Amino acid sequence: MSTILLKGGHLIDPARGFDAPADVVLRDGWVEEIAEPGKAKAAADETLNLKGLIVAPGFVDLHVHLREPGQTHKESIATGTAAAAAGGFTSVCAMPNTRPINDSPAVTRWMQDEERGAVVNVFPIAAATLGSLGEKLSDYRGLKRAGAVAVSDDGRPILDDHIMREALALAAKVGLVVIQHAEDTKISHGNPMNEGATSFKLGLRGQPAASEWQMVERDIRLASQEGGRLHVAHVSTAKSLAMIKLGRASKVQVTAEVTPHHFLFTEESCTTYDTRYKMNPPLRSAADRDAMLAALVDGTIDAIATDHAPHALFEKEVEFDKAAFGITGLEIALAATITALYHTKKISLTRVVELLATNPAKIVGLAGRGTLAEGSVGDVVIFDPKKRWTYEVEKTRSRSRNCPYGGMQFYGKVRATIVGGKVVFSEL
Amino acid sequence: MKAKPRSLLGIEPLDSRQILEILSLAKRMNPARPRTTLRGRRIALLFYENSTRTRTSFEIAAKSLGASTVVIHATTASIEKGESLKDTGKTLQSIVDAIVMRHPSSGAPVLLSKLIDIPIINAGDGMHAHPSQALLDAFTILNHKKNLKGLKIVTIGDIFHSRVARSDAHLFSKLGARVVFCGPDVLLPEVARELAPGVEIVREMDEAIRGADVVMMLRVQQERLSGMQINVDEYIRRYQLTPAKLKLAKRDAIVMHPGPMIRGMEMTDEVADCEQSVVLEQVLNGVKVRMAILATVLGGKR
Repeated sequence: MSTILLKGGHLIDPARGFDAPADVVLRDGWVEEIAEPGKAKAAADETLNLKGLIVAPGFVDLHVHLREPGQTHKESIATGTAAAAAGGFTSVCAMPNTRPINDSPAVTRWMQDEERGAVVNVFPIAAATLGSLGEKLSDYRGLKRAGAVAVSDDGRPILDDHIMREALALAAKVGLVVIQHAEDTKISHGNPMNEGATSFKLGLRGQPAASEWQMVERDIRLASQEGGRLHVAHVSTAKSLAMIKLGRASKVQVTAEVTPHHFLFTEESCTTYDTRYKMNPPLRSAADRDAMLAALVDGTIDAIATDHAPHALFEKEVEFDKAAFGITGLEIALAATITALYHTKKISLTRVVELLATNPAKIVGLAGRGTLAEGSVGDVVIFDPKKRWTYEVEKTRSRSRNCPYGGMQFYGKVRATIVGGKVVFSEL
Repeated sequence: MKAKPRSLLGIEPLDSRQILEILSLAKRMNPARPRTTLRGRRIALLFYENSTRTRTSFEIAAKSLGASTVVIHATTASIEKGESLKDTGKTLQSIVDAIVMRHPSSGAPVLLSKLIDIPIINAGDGMHAHPSQALLDAFTILNHKKNLKGLKIVTIGDIFHSRVARSDAHLFSKLGARVVFCGPDVLLPEVARELAPGVEIVREMDEAIRGADVVMMLRVQQERLSGMQINVDEYIRRYQLTPAKLKLAKRDAIVMHPGPMIRGMEMTDEVADCEQSVVLEQVLNGVKVRMAILATVLGGKR
């Protein structure tokens, strides 16, 4: 039994269209009361003075790799979620490409076991096919019962039309969303960067934009035939966005996420063969990057997700074409969003919260989360949108440091993260 | 970065003055007249890929300057047991003064130069760069032409897979030549135009070769095609250098090839052996230019 009063902050809760100073009372892990400043009725055991800070529903990351079970030299559920807490995320959706692959209710339950030491909520995304082999569907009903919030073969996209059709149909029946890493690997060949003038100059083989957008196009076509909900992971090309818009125009239920690195950087960053800029999908052209920013403004993109992909140094400090794909990002997602979009006056703070909390919670159907309405879960982020700071990757809570953000200056800093009424990160 | 020892990773970071310095030093080099410039210095030839010309040429160049050499082949070393480039480099660093390196991954020498503190000389990395070849190509051209400024240099064939084509283009462009690339779409994407200032793409061989001062032929790198389909008959019909095609170039044009050359594919026997062909001269010049490179990178102070 404990009651926390969040006092003097500015509450932003896009789900209710709320954007005003307010005090929030959390009681036993739930939102008990939203009151005008100074007018809360409930008595509090603890008061946090949040003058000048934003109070918002805790962020939800639709796309993280926690590497556990099986690859704890890169990350563990405990370290990954600690990084998430520092980034203001109160819930993370964990991709199934662990060892073993999370294609069973047993692994799904194991990941959520208290013994894993998670600091924030972990919602597993289960493999869409057994072993993510793209051949036979996994047990969606059982997986959902065990706590999976979506199915995906992330990184090993479902190429076979027939299987993708079946996945969409079954997921629709069970009430899960299908998340697709859209990449036609028959075209991309696992190539290490985007195809274009830069890859030509560097003598690196490229992944053409078509390897992504043609897959998005196909998935939307199948979703329009089968019904069901499709979520496009880490969109990186302008043409994919065009496909998503077309799909929506014809009433297909399709949502999309973008990563901070795809709206911050371009393929030019690969020029020195720096493997901290190697990820999949790869960094694209400047036109594509600009299209991501525009889509975050105009609503084509629903959510910002990190694709937090930790790797050990020895897996990254190698030849560019041999290095592992992926970078970490949980700790800078808010800062990246504020710096690139709010600080530049492209979007409002309401839209920032919508992209990081409201919409992602909706996409995977997290009841009582993504909002701070009275009666909802006490998952809260408190941040300072104006704070200027430098990211020190040496101090990361993640087990890995494979990202290019070290030393970068940002605006916008998470000051505290509260999960189920418990403060799990604080710099207040 | 400036405090680091000089390496030769590619042509791009060099300016025309540095290029001309190496070329003029190369003129004074002669393997038949050994020097002692690098006496007592140890040079590792670290080869992750097979090579006849480049390795032999670097080895003779090093020895002609008085250095001792050790050749390390990926297939016979710890590398085959799974040692990383970083660890191989760190190991060599403690026993040699410089590494001449050939590697199938583009950018591998750039990586190694960030990890260790001795000079790295790129002897060809993936499809990226082959700076010593570009320098010897320029040297060879300058044996026949007063300078590169305004020359029309046409490179024909598999540009996409060619580190030589890339390094040549950077160098020729820096020295003011017109660089014309010619080849089919699959082996020459449109974006090649953006490689360096003055690079043009001409798809028709006749048009590309017309009025050229230098005709550089490239081999189709079958081993790197990875799924691309090339119709050999069609390729020969459109891109093979025949005596008739060569007639379209300037009367005093020279024909070059970085080797290995596949007779009957990119050029006919007649062209390969004709008076205008300087292919063997390229090989000879390779030693001189590599002597100049080693002397520049390692020479002088210890």
